[in-house]
Amino acid sequence: MAEKILMKGNEAIAYGAINCGCDGYFGYPITPQSEVMETLMKEQPWETTGMVVLQAESETSSINMVYGGACCGKKVMTSSSSPGISLMCEGLSYIAGTELPCVVVNVMRGGPGLGTIQPSQGDYFQAVKGGGHGDYHPIVLAPASAQDMYDFVDLAFELAFKYRNPAMILGDGVIGQMMEKVEVRPSKPRRTEAEIRALCDSWATTGKLNRPSNTITSLALDPQVQENFNIKLQKKYAEIEANEVRYSTYRTEDAEHLIVAFGCMSRIGETVVDMAREHGIRLGLLRPITLYPFPKKEIDSLVPQLKSIISLELNAGQMVEDIRLVVNGRIPVNFYGRQGGMIPDPEEILEAFMKTIK
Amino acid sequence: MEIQDIIRPENKVYGKTALLKDNILHYCPGCSHGVVHKVIAEVIEEMGIQDKTIGISPVGCSVFAYNYLDIDWQQAAHGRAPALATATKRLMPDKYVFTYQGDGDLASIGTAEVMHACNRGENIVIIFINNAIYGMTGGQMAPTTLLGQVTATTPYGRKAELNGYPLKITELIAQLEGTCYVTRQSVQNPAAVRKTKKAIRKAFENSMMKKGTSFVEVVSTCNSGWKVTPVQANKWMEENMFPFYPLGDMKDR
Repeated sequence: MAEKILMKGNEAIAYGAINCGCDGYFGYPITPQSEVMETLMKEQPWETTGMVVLQAESETSSINMVYGGACCGKKVMTSSSSPGISLMCEGLSYIAGTELPCVVVNVMRGGPGLGTIQPSQGDYFQAVKGGGHGDYHPIVLAPASAQDMYDFVDLAFELAFKYRNPAMILGDGVIGQMMEKVEVRPSKPRRTEAEIRALCDSWATTGKLNRPSNTITSLALDPQVQENFNIKLQKKYAEIEANEVRYSTYRTEDAEHLIVAFGCMSRIGETVVDMAREHGIRLGLLRPITLYPFPKKEIDSLVPQLKSIISLELNAGQMVEDIRLVVNGRIPVNFYGRQGGMIPDPEEILEAFMKTIK
Repeated sequence: MEIQDIIRPENKVYGKTALLKDNILHYCPGCSHGVVHKVIAEVIEEMGIQDKTIGISPVGCSVFAYNYLDIDWQQAAHGRAPALATATKRLMPDKYVFTYQGDGDLASIGTAEVMHACNRGENIVIIFINNAIYGMTGGQMAPTTLLGQVTATTPYGRKAELNGYPLKITELIAQLEGTCYVTRQSVQNPAAVRKTKKAIRKAFENSMMKKGTSFVEVVSTCNSGWKVTPVQANKWMEENMFPFYPLGDMKDR
């Protein structure tokens, strides 16, 4: 039996990083995720696994440290919250444009602007559509528990290296601050220099030893070269969309109505499903675990049995647009959300849902 | 005596470093970048550290430095090279890591990154090319543009009340505890090139001694941006830039 420890979601990110063999973390304090770096600094993993932890002078610098570390074939990551992620979008675009692996955690807070330090899912569009300039997507995982925060660090690195693409863990202030029992899995050692060379020597800046020199760049002055690269990127995204969709369902077998919700809202949504069923309404829930790639086929296959879908989000209605693209007008796709750090209770959601099906 | 009698190994006094690739330089004739590239290549070759050196190229004319020096390169976002270098050196401490940055990249958009990397005392080398103008974008004002200097965005000359003052960032860098070696050099004649080479060699050697950051500014010419001939550019640099940006070591410990 693996050990179970009570911890915050943010702490779970830190322990998940150390235990999955992360080589480096570069961050800048911002509420509500500062416990990630605080935990790492307290644990001093450089004394045990050799993991580098550094407090940067800004989020801009953090993501560019991640960029530099990723160039070297290292497992590197950062974490931040919404305003900080906005600053990182330039770097994320470079990392996607140079096809490098890295992990970025966004513990979302309410915006726009400085906004609030309370939970939000207002960065859905920014995360799944790319955020920075150019045609790219990070792979986006949406944790719904402290355990997910722990497990997804390892998973995000696995996906990031598999596709040489940035992977984002898109949490929110609820998941980051909430304390839950986390099963701490056996730790993986960090990759040795020989392992990194075996895995990444065709592209990484590990030093030109017994091979031609490697250059990491996203610059192409010839438009045909740039277009060819973009086509290659899109092929990669098609592959990711075909192979990496992750989702879970709750009481959908006989459902006539469906909640789609991610992160903390999927947990509130499950309570709403149970409450609706007590009223004799066959409601189910689909939780996208990957927001990019989005579970398009999985939602599509449920549409024939459904009378309506309601998207629950802590924003003004963002994921609902992706659901509507899938449903394409066949059934009503409704939305209920709260903003600015407000979190709806199940009764309020049930009442809103009941109004949509009258 | 025939030419073949002269071209003999025993008569060889100079050779092109193997580290410089045969790609045709995109730099304008008269530009200082090519000379500084060659000097860095020679230092890396002479130190025998080609397989241990990672360069970080900036945004600006020298973005393509990676086309010329046969080592591993990272191409940074504008101004961010010291952040990439920080992570690279910390994750691979046995490597020689240097950034190569122009005045717009280092002293304008990248001020925070360079100041903090130097203040942390990252064991890296920073090569700073100061030609007082934005070259790649077509000759706009740089943070280091002199008062009165005409550029595309200071068509009537730089005025302090409108544009602020030229930034002596190397003097600022020298004040930071994290730096061990801060110097300002130039490459307009053989004697200056030799001094610059010596400075760059010292900077690379420092980076394995855990002494902190080594910072080498090279006051340079941009005859295309300045709209003068290469010869006039050297003269203009000596007469106008050297008095404001005096050459020599500011710190060596």
